[in-house]
Amino acid sequence: MSRPNAQLVLSDGTTFEGYAAGHLPDSGFTSGEFVFNTALSGYQEVITDPSYAGQIISFTYPHVGNYGVTPLDDEASRPFCEGVVVRELSDVPSSWRSRGSLEGLLRHHGVPAIVGVDTRRLTRHLRANGALPGAFGHGDPDLIAREAQRAKGTDGTDFVTNVTTSEPYEKGDGDLHVVALDYGIKTTMVHELSRRFRVTVVPATMSAGAVHELHPDGVFLSNGPGDPAALGAQVAVLDGLLGTVPIFGICLGHQLLAGALGGTTFKLPFGHHGSNHPVQDLVTGKIEITAQNHNYAVNPGSLTRAVVSHVNLNDGVIEGIHAAKERCFSVQYHPEAGPGPHDARYLFERFDALLRTNTLNVH
Amino acid sequence: MPRRDDLKSIMVIGSGPIVIGQACEFDYSGTQACQVLRDEGYRVVLVNSNPATIMTDPTTADATYVEPLDADVLIDIIERERPDALLPTLGGQTALNLTMDLVRRGELERLGVEVIGARPDAISTAEDRELFKEAMSEIGLAVPESGFARSVEDALGIATTIGWPIIIRPSFILGGAGTGIATSDEELLRLAAEGLSASPIGEILVEKSVAGWKEYELEVMRDSADNCVVICSIENFDPMGVHTGDSITVAPQQTLSDVEYQEMRDDAFRVLRRVGVETGGSNVQFAVNPDTGERLVIEMNPRVSRSSALASKATGFPIAKIAARLAVGYTLNEIENDITKVTPASFEPVIDYVVTKIPRWAFEKLPGSSPQLGTRMQSVGEVMAIGRNFAESLQKAVRSLEQGRAGFALGDDSEFAELDTATLWERCVVPTPERLFALHEVLLRGATFEEVAQRTGIDGWFIHQLACIVERERELTGGVVLGGLDARAWRRYKQWGFSDSQIAQFTNTTIEEVSALRRAKGVVTTFKTVDTCAAEFEASTPYHYSTYEDTSEVEPSSRDRVIILGSGPNRIGQGIEFDYCCVHASMALRDMGYETVMINCNPETVSTDYSTSDRLYFEPLTPEDVAEVIAAEQAACVGGAQLLGVIVALGGQTPLKLSHSLDPSLVLGTPVSSIDVAEDRQRWSRICNALGLRQPPGDVALSLDEARSIAKRVGYPVLVRPSYVLGGRAMEIVYDDASLERVMKDLTSAHGSLAREGAVSQSRPILVDSFLEDAIEVDVDAVRDTLGDLFVAGVMEHVEEAGVHSGDSACALPPQTLSGDVLTTLHEHTKKIADALGVVGLINVQYAVKNEEVFVLEANPRASRTVPFVAKATGVPLAQVAVRVMMGHSLQSLRDQGVVPDSTPVPAFVSVKEAVLPFSRFPGVDTVLGPEMRSTGEVMGIGESFGIAFAKSQLAAGTRLPDSGQVFLSLADRDKVSGLELARELAALGFRLAATVGTAGYLRSNDVKVDTLVGKVGLGDLAVNAVKMIASGEVQLVVNTPSGSSARSDGAAIRGACVVHGVSCVTTLSAGFAAAKGIADTRAKGWRVHTLQELHA
Repeated sequence: MSRPNAQLVLSDGTTFEGYAAGHLPDSGFTSGEFVFNTALSGYQEVITDPSYAGQIISFTYPHVGNYGVTPLDDEASRPFCEGVVVRELSDVPSSWRSRGSLEGLLRHHGVPAIVGVDTRRLTRHLRANGALPGAFGHGDPDLIAREAQRAKGTDGTDFVTNVTTSEPYEKGDGDLHVVALDYGIKTTMVHELSRRFRVTVVPATMSAGAVHELHPDGVFLSNGPGDPAALGAQVAVLDGLLGTVPIFGICLGHQLLAGALGGTTFKLPFGHHGSNHPVQDLVTGKIEITAQNHNYAVNPGSLTRAVVSHVNLNDGVIEGIHAAKERCFSVQYHPEAGPGPHDARYLFERFDALLRTNTLNVH
Repeated sequence: MPRRDDLKSIMVIGSGPIVIGQACEFDYSGTQACQVLRDEGYRVVLVNSNPATIMTDPTTADATYVEPLDADVLIDIIERERPDALLPTLGGQTALNLTMDLVRRGELERLGVEVIGARPDAISTAEDRELFKEAMSEIGLAVPESGFARSVEDALGIATTIGWPIIIRPSFILGGAGTGIATSDEELLRLAAEGLSASPIGEILVEKSVAGWKEYELEVMRDSADNCVVICSIENFDPMGVHTGDSITVAPQQTLSDVEYQEMRDDAFRVLRRVGVETGGSNVQFAVNPDTGERLVIEMNPRVSRSSALASKATGFPIAKIAARLAVGYTLNEIENDITKVTPASFEPVIDYVVTKIPRWAFEKLPGSSPQLGTRMQSVGEVMAIGRNFAESLQKAVRSLEQGRAGFALGDDSEFAELDTATLWERCVVPTPERLFALHEVLLRGATFEEVAQRTGIDGWFIHQLACIVERERELTGGVVLGGLDARAWRRYKQWGFSDSQIAQFTNTTIEEVSALRRAKGVVTTFKTVDTCAAEFEASTPYHYSTYEDTSEVEPSSRDRVIILGSGPNRIGQGIEFDYCCVHASMALRDMGYETVMINCNPETVSTDYSTSDRLYFEPLTPEDVAEVIAAEQAACVGGAQLLGVIVALGGQTPLKLSHSLDPSLVLGTPVSSIDVAEDRQRWSRICNALGLRQPPGDVALSLDEARSIAKRVGYPVLVRPSYVLGGRAMEIVYDDASLERVMKDLTSAHGSLAREGAVSQSRPILVDSFLEDAIEVDVDAVRDTLGDLFVAGVMEHVEEAGVHSGDSACALPPQTLSGDVLTTLHEHTKKIADALGVVGLINVQYAVKNEEVFVLEANPRASRTVPFVAKATGVPLAQVAVRVMMGHSLQSLRDQGVVPDSTPVPAFVSVKEAVLPFSRFPGVDTVLGPEMRSTGEVMGIGESFGIAFAKSQLAAGTRLPDSGQVFLSLADRDKVSGLELARELAALGFRLAATVGTAGYLRSNDVKVDTLVGKVGLGDLAVNAVKMIASGEVQLVVNTPSGSSARSDGAAIRGACVVHGVSCVTTLSAGFAAAKGIADTRAKGWRVHTLQELHA
């Protein structure tokens, strides 16, 4: 298969060569913030994770697409990322589970890709310079370079409104009722919740009063894209929920909960995106290998009303907090996995216990 | 939990000699463990019988016992050392088995030694088939069901409970004989009957067949706080049915979705927890049904393994090192990641490249063996290659094998081209060492990847990748104009792993032309880094591999550097001994203040531990790949630093062959031209003549006629051998015209045993020399400096007479029977030869001594296989001495520093090196020793007398010399006179004698009592049958010397029976005398154990 030549240009002018794949946009380019993900498998889950809205995902593992795609692995109804960078995109998927090729999925959903890129050089550049905006495409190299200059990062932008569900929907038939605020919720999260509870997934814009009217036994705060500092309205909703109902938050949900508990966030140089991050539970001392996908993190000094429960052993970043009085806890990483290890799935049990006993037991 | 302070000293058991299935990966893991434990402040007591290891260097442990790995010997050592703990998980199956033996005998409890790393009950659960099956069913995991049957009825019963398809495997049969898959009662009855008769013990394994399922391995670690991590996932290219050691394997896994992979990961941890491995590394193997995803647990190893060595090299995560720390109490998060230095070891490595391992086999050295791969491992070594994609890593791995192939894509002239389609498909379906290349041919002929995948069971993803390589090969052979390729096109070909030499071959041009055109377009080799984290964190360890990308990561440095070329994959004739030398070179050079750069492609070794040298390049050892590293290193020199040179003399034949492609000024030590002189028969003879040294008369031949006339001139027997081969490849002693004709026909045939190694030619003739019967063979290892000063480090007298390859012969240091005059002559000759060749560094000369006369057999101005043995026997770090000399130091200055003794050391004890042979893996192969080397490894026995050292070496090699019972003698006519003396010695030791009719007649006529008369094997029940007698345990020692080729089949049956039933068998009289001496000395004096540190104090 011959693919058109393509260029990848970062906002600092660094240029990479490759070939255009997936959807070929009429404009000849796509732009967004470049982040790298180090997971060795799970490309479909990563690409369809709404948390990547506004971003272009570069996979550090060179072979992507080997085992094809299946609707079973979708994390949302469609990808929200702006593009995908890979070294080798498999033409032919090989798996009994496969229902099509990754390239087919990208084309179907209009996601541009660039292949044949020295992704290790890109990773090292992002590691040294932080996540950078930029552009890639098969269009005129000058156009790509210009668009790279104009591309923006994620700071201060609300991406949640674009990815949240427009209407509430229900899943599961457990005896307890959980309202999940959808900031960009992953299917696996809904699945893990609905295995245990009756879940009502509601738009991120729903007010605290409206949430109360659903009479939840607990509230779940989902993952989602972008800068938590741009989501003041959502924090305000949490202010209205805090203390009235047990809360469990993941990823963006964790950052927003921290916000409601008085914390602030900051942007990590290049974030944590992968399936191999060691997190230590400070209460039990146990180490979990976790899936992570976040660019922002909670400021260590900013938490006054919550306790840090988990830290990342690589760089000390706060990975979990809890507040016993408010009966809430949250983690920065992804206990639901999808993709990633299952080491932290016990946190859903912890939520279940919290709802049943009305006491937060972190042991 | 921090380090355990209640332990003071820890015993580590090594894995013993290199054998198939247990190679230098355990030197790598054991060495790491010893270093780590000493760093932690523990006293380390090491036991290993293998002198060629880094592990047994006296500097690696506090107390180093080079003693047989035998439970009784270990008890002696434990009594003497009283270690607090025993770490059994780093010495392979050998160490685990010994530990379990000690546990069962209650000795560890009695002596108060704690087993750390894996508890004995965990070891039993993992090792015992039934216990493991129970444990798995307890945690809800499935294993393939199976049972042993001793009758067809049993087999049918088992099959009925398990369900079809069923695989039948006869016990103790290799190479697929009697193995088959049954899908009905009828098939099963037939196969079971065949299998039962094929098995020497009349037993078959009846197992649910998962042949064709995908095979995976996870390398996992667990600490005392129950933290579990996966270090590496490995996917086998060859589906289930081929032992993973014989499979092409790829890391990370390529074709499992994350959903499936994470479930497998969960299962692996459950296995680890249920089996009860408290700390350390384990390996869990799975089979996955490609059509349904159904997953079975195949087995788990509660210890570091060959796969964990591969995983360590593949990811940069040093499993053995971490396992040793976990065993003494640390948890994963308390240990730092060696490579990043800032993150903890409690994480899962991620990689941004693909790793391919290909095994290397030695079927060509084992006539009578069938090159079919099955469930018992038969390969003797392996290569690993790293690329940014599978194609690149595969093609690099094929190059690394050193089998004359420039990559997977072979062009048209492959040996498969002439096969008809049906035969070709058969070669694709039946797993053999050559299957990969049959796949190439079938794809080249246009088979679709779907069809190939379907018929072979190899995952379609892999086959599709192969098909893509073939597609690019077609482009290149299809008239592509290289001059017209742009940078992007060049880069794509290089990224698909095509070497310049492949491209040159496909486009009918030269390597130089290809290289120039490519470089003109700016496409140059780049080097990336293995860093455990896919560049997420900065790496402090320069462990590189080549690829074709935008940027290179070799850091500039202002220190002078030296490149060491490693020895590539282990093979018979070139193994761990050379890796030992390369590692010592790096140690010496680093000690001298130079930066060291290692190039090698063998994942099992210490040399490819990234901490051995300042920089490691995991690369194929080909002229092209090496040249790229040299260029990169030269480019990385800043501030006046220089690449001082390349060491080619320590890695065996591999680097020597490469030396011709190097700038001669870069070759350190003995010039390449001298090496050539020693290899060139005629020039070498001229030198010997000029120096007045006697050689066995002979000449070179290109044809049978020429060979005949030489034989006529010098008289039979003659030694016939090709030039430029390794380990006595295809060498034979020929006693008559008929045999000469057979041998010459084979050697000169395009399809003969040398087919792959290049044809006979003017520059590669056959050597035909008079063979000196009953001569003593002697090896001399020496070092010469630039001033012409010579240090003879060791003179080794072989136990077996000349004619047995030096690598297969036992030898003693110091020599036992050589006179002072002969020793003086050996020194003088060696000096003359070293001077004449202008040797700077090591030289090994082989001599034959007959009637006090010294003949020169050959000289090798390079490291020999015996260098580590000499170092262990004398205490002189010979390889390091050689390297210092190569770097310009004089021997005198080294004497002044106390590194080199004033004269050849004469130790107060005797060291015996014994070869370890792979016959138990290849039941069809005759075990008689000859001029072609077939041993895979060696052991060392040290004692106060030759007898004791020899007896220890025999035990270390796997056979305990008997103290009583019956000896069976079957001697060739020419051995009968000396055999009489041996028979008398054995009878005097109290042994009863059994002998074949001819031998017995001779013995009886000389008044030696023969208790049992043994008939020929073929004589049925009329006489006592030799094979039956061996099988029934009535014989404790067999002395069987072969007589030419006539009585060979009888002898072969006798020797084969010894292998199967584990009876000591010697095939030369000299070994028989050594055995008698060993038995006598052991009885008279008993054994004592010593540390190397004491012996060399």
